[in-house]
Amino acid sequence: MRTLILLIVFVGPASAADWPAFRGANGAAVSPEDALPVGFSETSGLRWKASLPGRGVSSPVVVGGRVYVTCSSGMHDDRLHVLCFDGGTGAKLWHRQLAATGGTNAHPKTCMAAPTPAADESGVYALFATGDVAAFTPNGNLRWYRALAQDYPAVTNQVGMAASPVLVGNRLIVPLDNAGDSFLAALDTATGKNLWKVSRPRDINWVTPVSRQAGGRVEIVLPGPKEVAAYDAATGAKVWAIKAGGSIPSPTLARDTLLLPAGEVVMSKLGENGRAEEVWKSTKLRTGMSSPLLYDGRVYAANPAGLVMCADAKTGQVLWQERVKGPFSGSPVAGDGKVYVINEAGEMTTLKAGDEPEVLGVSKTGEEGLATPAISGGALFLRGDKSLFCVGPRLGG
Amino acid sequence: MRRLFVAALVLSGPTARASDTTPEVSAAISTLLKVSAEGAGNEAAATAWLKLVAAGPAALAPTLAAFDTATPTAANWLRSAVDAVVEREQQARRPLPVDTLAAFVRDTQRHPAARRIAFELYALEAKEGAAKLLPTLIHDPSSTIRHDAIAARLKVVPEGPTSKAELLTLFTAARDKDQVEEVTKLLRELGEKPDLTKHFGYVTEWLVAGPFDSPGGTAYGNPLPPETGVDPSAGYVGKGGTKVAWKPAQSSATYGTMDLNSELGKHKDAAGYAFAVLAADVATPAELRVASQNSVELFVNGQRLFGRDEYHHGTRMDQHVARVTLRAGRNEVLVKVLQNDQKESWAQAWGFALRVCDATGGRLPLTQVLVRGGTPTSVPLGNLKTEPNKETK
Repeated sequence: MRTLILLIVFVGPASAADWPAFRGANGAAVSPEDALPVGFSETSGLRWKASLPGRGVSSPVVVGGRVYVTCSSGMHDDRLHVLCFDGGTGAKLWHRQLAATGGTNAHPKTCMAAPTPAADESGVYALFATGDVAAFTPNGNLRWYRALAQDYPAVTNQVGMAASPVLVGNRLIVPLDNAGDSFLAALDTATGKNLWKVSRPRDINWVTPVSRQAGGRVEIVLPGPKEVAAYDAATGAKVWAIKAGGSIPSPTLARDTLLLPAGEVVMSKLGENGRAEEVWKSTKLRTGMSSPLLYDGRVYAANPAGLVMCADAKTGQVLWQERVKGPFSGSPVAGDGKVYVINEAGEMTTLKAGDEPEVLGVSKTGEEGLATPAISGGALFLRGDKSLFCVGPRLGG
Repeated sequence: MRRLFVAALVLSGPTARASDTTPEVSAAISTLLKVSAEGAGNEAAATAWLKLVAAGPAALAPTLAAFDTATPTAANWLRSAVDAVVEREQQARRPLPVDTLAAFVRDTQRHPAARRIAFELYALEAKEGAAKLLPTLIHDPSSTIRHDAIAARLKVVPEGPTSKAELLTLFTAARDKDQVEEVTKLLRELGEKPDLTKHFGYVTEWLVAGPFDSPGGTAYGNPLPPETGVDPSAGYVGKGGTKVAWKPAQSSATYGTMDLNSELGKHKDAAGYAFAVLAADVATPAELRVASQNSVELFVNGQRLFGRDEYHHGTRMDQHVARVTLRAGRNEVLVKVLQNDQKESWAQAWGFALRVCDATGGRLPLTQVLVRGGTPTSVPLGNLKTEPNKETK
């Protein structure tokens, strides 16, 4: 009972300016900050750029001004890296390495640094597609480490895993849907030990879960290829499931509103115990790899052909579409009335949020990358295959 | 003189003396080595990790040496501690113990992963020394050191016929597909005919039997008659009541692929077997490396060595690695390859490739024993049916 109370107290973002997980706090992909930059050019707008030791499909996360990034490298993509940078200056604060203890076979488009880490004031929790997961303090001290593919050797996904962990109170929720020993687990953030571990369907699934409070409990809502299932964060008990879902883009859950990208994008009102009332569904908003964005009464979706679509969140009616350069693997993010979409070539288009299409700017990192940007401290953090870019005004300048 | 210096480095290195290690460092390492499954020992390890890092550079050599007995899980506690120690020294602008690191690199009895770390640290501190050392390491037990060494030598191979001896040396040393193919291309330009299939030690001659029934993939993990012992003259009841018997099959693919769709017919929800006999003069530690788009199980001398239940999620050379010590004399290898019921065009492959090698991926002195018409004959590994095809995986 005490555990449950703690969970309820701590659920939610670490602080307003932090970007603590894949697509920010609870996967909303929205920053509450204002005065965010439009973009950058070769001569201005870039606060800093830092070299990375390997590729990563994972996004940077930012807590307390520290930017955490994961990478993988090596002939067999079996060197795993966790790095921490100062968000203000770009100084590399620390860099730790692990050796992959699980399989590294994967589709060439992805890599072992595909799941985005999760972070809070205690530091960073870095999960890799190999099943290696490590917790470091903000100063880079190793708090605990788990080799999940050693613990559960039948874990296997040779396309490559990419679902990201999320923090819910004192639990690190690890989604490890795969073709073998498929599971969802809650690891104790203090020790890394299992608080619970429940079986999941033997399907590959790249969706990152979201959480909500409902019915006196915290629920972990995890879509998969055949159903959306919810688990009690305290016990791991499966508390409801509905027949819907998808296996690539991730959902958005804002209060009782669930935006679920699957074959179609479905907007639902979610009641207790999985009662879902469909508000609308749309085939036009299908995205492929990237997850649609729910921001300020509108839904934004970046499809593989390079179309950014904007729809009314109440009706699903498409308000406008704007052709920009795709394709997109990273997801759109928003804040300060701006929507940011970055394509696989590293070209970021900044759009004005609203009922009319307006491109505010186009910026080029000059570097390929598949990651979703992060927003924190008045800056954007873009991750390319070789570099981490911080877009924003220079400190003191 | 140089030899004496190297010997002195080895003897004075981190590899031996317990007196070089403080009780605090020893205790911390001992705690890290005890971490085990599902996070057991994590709390104590976190404290020990801090103590180890606090010990500074004195902890480097014993921490690297501890890789020798570490599990993969414990090794990552050690590895990250090394990172933290090194980072602290670099931030304080203090040099790393370069002689100790060099000695550790030269001690090939140490764990390859630890030696790789030591080499990188040595290269940070002594760039020129590392650049001189690297090209001498083309036969290194560490696959990544070996790869880098061969790459360094390849950069300076002269053009033309004078390079042939060097290229033949590098071909023998190379273990990774990219380098083997690069050297092969250069050797072919000089008129040589390197044999990649033999170089990699592919098992190419098999007896195959199937199809057996595997509805919903249920034959995975459930023994079928061939798993109780292979009699090449035996007959079985196969999928749909068909009669199944062993028949010879030989790969014609450079990378040893056995296509069961060709050998056994195209079937879904099915299992097929491939059987081979390997002969070793002495007991031989070996790695059996398998590639397959299908679920596979691997048995050696009647014992299940490996299994992976996953279909059509890609394949690559050396996809699965299983370790075993082959007996002196006869060793039976049985591969079970399962096909599911997926209908997509990309989900129709049914086959596998298997090679036998040492821990570096190098060819072992083994032969295949063929039973054809009752008379056993020995053939080398990598004996292809015809000219290699253009397969590249």
